Amino acid sequence: MTDPKPVLHLDNIVKTFPGVRALDGVSFSVMPGEVHALMGENGAGKSTLMKVLGGIHKPDEGDIYVDERKVTMSGPLEAKAKGIVFIHQELSLAEELSVAENIYLGELPRKSFGRVDWTRLAEQTNAILKKLNVRFDAATRVGDLSIANQQMVEIARALTVDAKAVIFDEPTASLTDAEKVVLFDVIADLKADGVGIIYISHRMEEIFKITDRISILRDGQYQGTVNTAETNEESVTQMMIGRKLDLSRKATNHDLGDLALEVRGLSCGKLYRDISFQVRRGEVVGFYGLVGAGRTEIAETLFGLRDPSAGQILLAGQEVRIHSPADAIARGISLVPEDRKGQGLVLGMNCRDNMTLPQVDDLKAGPFMAEGAEIAIFDQYRDRLDIRTPGWKQKVGNLSGGNQQKIVIGKWLSMHPTVLIVDEPTRGIDVGSKSEIHKLLRELAAQGYAVMVISSEMPEVLHVSDRIVAMYSGRIMRTFTSDEVTEDSLIQAISGLGDSHAA
Amino acid sequence: MATMTKQRIAQILAKQGILIAFAVFMLAFTIANPKFITVDNVFSVVRSSAILGVMALGVTFVVISGNLDLSVGSMMSFSTIVVLDLHDKLGPLMAIPAMFAMTLCLAAFIGFLVGYLRLNSLIVTLGMLSAIHGLTLTYSGGQNMDIANKTGTWFGVFGQGSALGIPVPILIFAGLAAFLGLVLAKTPFGRKVYAVGGNGTAATFSGIRRARTVFMCYLISGACVATAGLIQASRSLGSQNTVGQGLELQVLAAVILGGASLLGGSGTVFKTVIGVLILGFIQNGLLLVGLQFYVQFVVTWVIIILAVWLDIAAKRGKLWSPIA
Repeated sequence: MTDPKPVLHLDNIVKTFPGVRALDGVSFSVMPGEVHALMGENGAGKSTLMKVLGGIHKPDEGDIYVDERKVTMSGPLEAKAKGIVFIHQELSLAEELSVAENIYLGELPRKSFGRVDWTRLAEQTNAILKKLNVRFDAATRVGDLSIANQQMVEIARALTVDAKAVIFDEPTASLTDAEKVVLFDVIADLKADGVGIIYISHRMEEIFKITDRISILRDGQYQGTVNTAETNEESVTQMMIGRKLDLSRKATNHDLGDLALEVRGLSCGKLYRDISFQVRRGEVVGFYGLVGAGRTEIAETLFGLRDPSAGQILLAGQEVRIHSPADAIARGISLVPEDRKGQGLVLGMNCRDNMTLPQVDDLKAGPFMAEGAEIAIFDQYRDRLDIRTPGWKQKVGNLSGGNQQKIVIGKWLSMHPTVLIVDEPTRGIDVGSKSEIHKLLRELAAQGYAVMVISSEMPEVLHVSDRIVAMYSGRIMRTFTSDEVTEDSLIQAISGLGDSHAA
Repeated sequence: MATMTKQRIAQILAKQGILIAFAVFMLAFTIANPKFITVDNVFSVVRSSAILGVMALGVTFVVISGNLDLSVGSMMSFSTIVVLDLHDKLGPLMAIPAMFAMTLCLAAFIGFLVGYLRLNSLIVTLGMLSAIHGLTLTYSGGQNMDIANKTGTWFGVFGQGSALGIPVPILIFAGLAAFLGLVLAKTPFGRKVYAVGGNGTAATFSGIRRARTVFMCYLISGACVATAGLIQASRSLGSQNTVGQGLELQVLAAVILGGASLLGGSGTVFKTVIGVLILGFIQNGLLLVGLQFYVQFVVTWVIIILAVWLDIAAKRGKLWSPIA
């Protein structure tokens, strides 16, 4: 056997933006039949590198080789024509069109007079769908598919060209465990066909499960490539962040304070039923379950965004009715929402204004905003949370995911809540910021906050929680203390396999 | 190095594009006709822009909150006709507050539909454009409205008077611009307007009462329209019942020229004032260089589309950026 030749090779790529050297001499190759992970913190240059590869950015220096031939990419269409296909994190499908139309958009097979050849379209599409082993057909409307299946449509689209390399950008961000298995099977098939795969993800378990090699970027610089089999999470993390990360389990904080929040028999139509639990000051209660188990909806009810159909909410032993976020905030409940960009931040506003948004009516000097007081609040939480930004005037949209999340957390801490609800605290956040946020959640509990953490990541829930509420299909299946919980029992509970227990 | 300077220029253009364009227009027209820059002409332009300007101030709030207001033109006709009619029936002192109250009721209705019922503002205000027009015609019986005794009233002061040598319409426009500028830039309410327009969901998640904020924006717009109607009625002491027709588009044009995004969340009162003045000076300049009055309709829109294009181009860093 001769030495295999890389399907794709990036040589010494340099890309600068005003004031930033986003890529500083990055080289990187993908072999046929290889799953190659590209890792790095947010802002390390992964996206820029992929944009260079896709022809969206022109590199200042360096060359791209496909099958050892030097190419220049002028845009996404040309990249696709050369066999470089992207499966994006944010899906780009036309929901009102059928699966077949989406897959062949712009290249629909034609009959005479430019009429679409629907028969051939359906045949071609179904042939591809069969390869992917999916349960929908060419005629299905894309909007009726689950996110996972929409992703399959994107993958099917990739298969219509003779793909040499396929780039998956955070493909599992919104998939359930079962759906992930299907995705990984597809990746394995592509791999068997000799396609080179670039796999971008923050999720270590996945990286170690499916990739062959890992290349790491930090601050736009190439840190090296390692064989997945010969490394471990700790050393990869160290390469990514340039320091050691403490992933050990924190001891439970046993001196709990007063009862802060109690929920009794709370129900909301079909979304969740008969939910009862307590959260004390000084305690982190984790809510674990599959997407759609009703966790976010409970948080929304507590925050006044959704009225319950039955049940009681008690704060410090007093029953309360919460009809709006303003009510919730006034009663000391804060919510760091699941969708940071959609619900948490006004991206076009600066850091300071975002942070003080819930208290605009309280920060007044006469009729005007007390801007000095606002800046003081911003400075206080920037220092406390180590938010990296050139200054308060920076637009939040320009910050990295981790720093954006810290702005949202700072915004709510500055309201001095009693109950802090955090929904998916580290979704889409790099590993360095992730551990900082975990540490912060523990510290907040130690300072006497009652913290509810909703998460779909088991390591996260296990890491930060004193107790874990396991939910399945709108019900609480079981509540674990940190001493008794095991990964197996947790998985059983959230799959609906365990017995139902009240909290 | 060359690319760096290009990017610097693009940045400056993106930030100050409107002011630069303004300066260029002024220079070009001045060269074409030196009369353009005389104090008399400048005053006359600002004075005739004042009505449009006052309306644009209010619409700025609505646009920043992420909505549209296309009803301001016919609402201004309504205010003008109502205040002229009531002038003779109640006397000017009562007519003015009565007209303001009636106009604010209309604005509140729009604010209710858009803010609380969450109906699309384009549809609501387009509908109201027509409905209020009908209301005005019904109210006036299709007749033009005139004050019976034009010499025996002080009512003309808002449109014709002057103080310290400055015409009152300009003073009203300037005073209102300063006041609303402070409200928008410096008060908690102003901050909420930006938040609601920038990301309404995030504003809700921050405890901001979004419906109330949108409702208030329409009330402000209504108050501005009433003020504009007052100036209009006072200037001629009589009016056609279609006096405000078509102004809604000019107002929107001024707001967009000023750089407010139709998607909401950006724009300032100061920029809107610049937008109003650009529009006014362009129309005046076209007349002074000897073009027919009607040409202004065409040229105005060409310039607006150019302005929007340059704005987008500066943000993207290139002039030519097709979708695919």
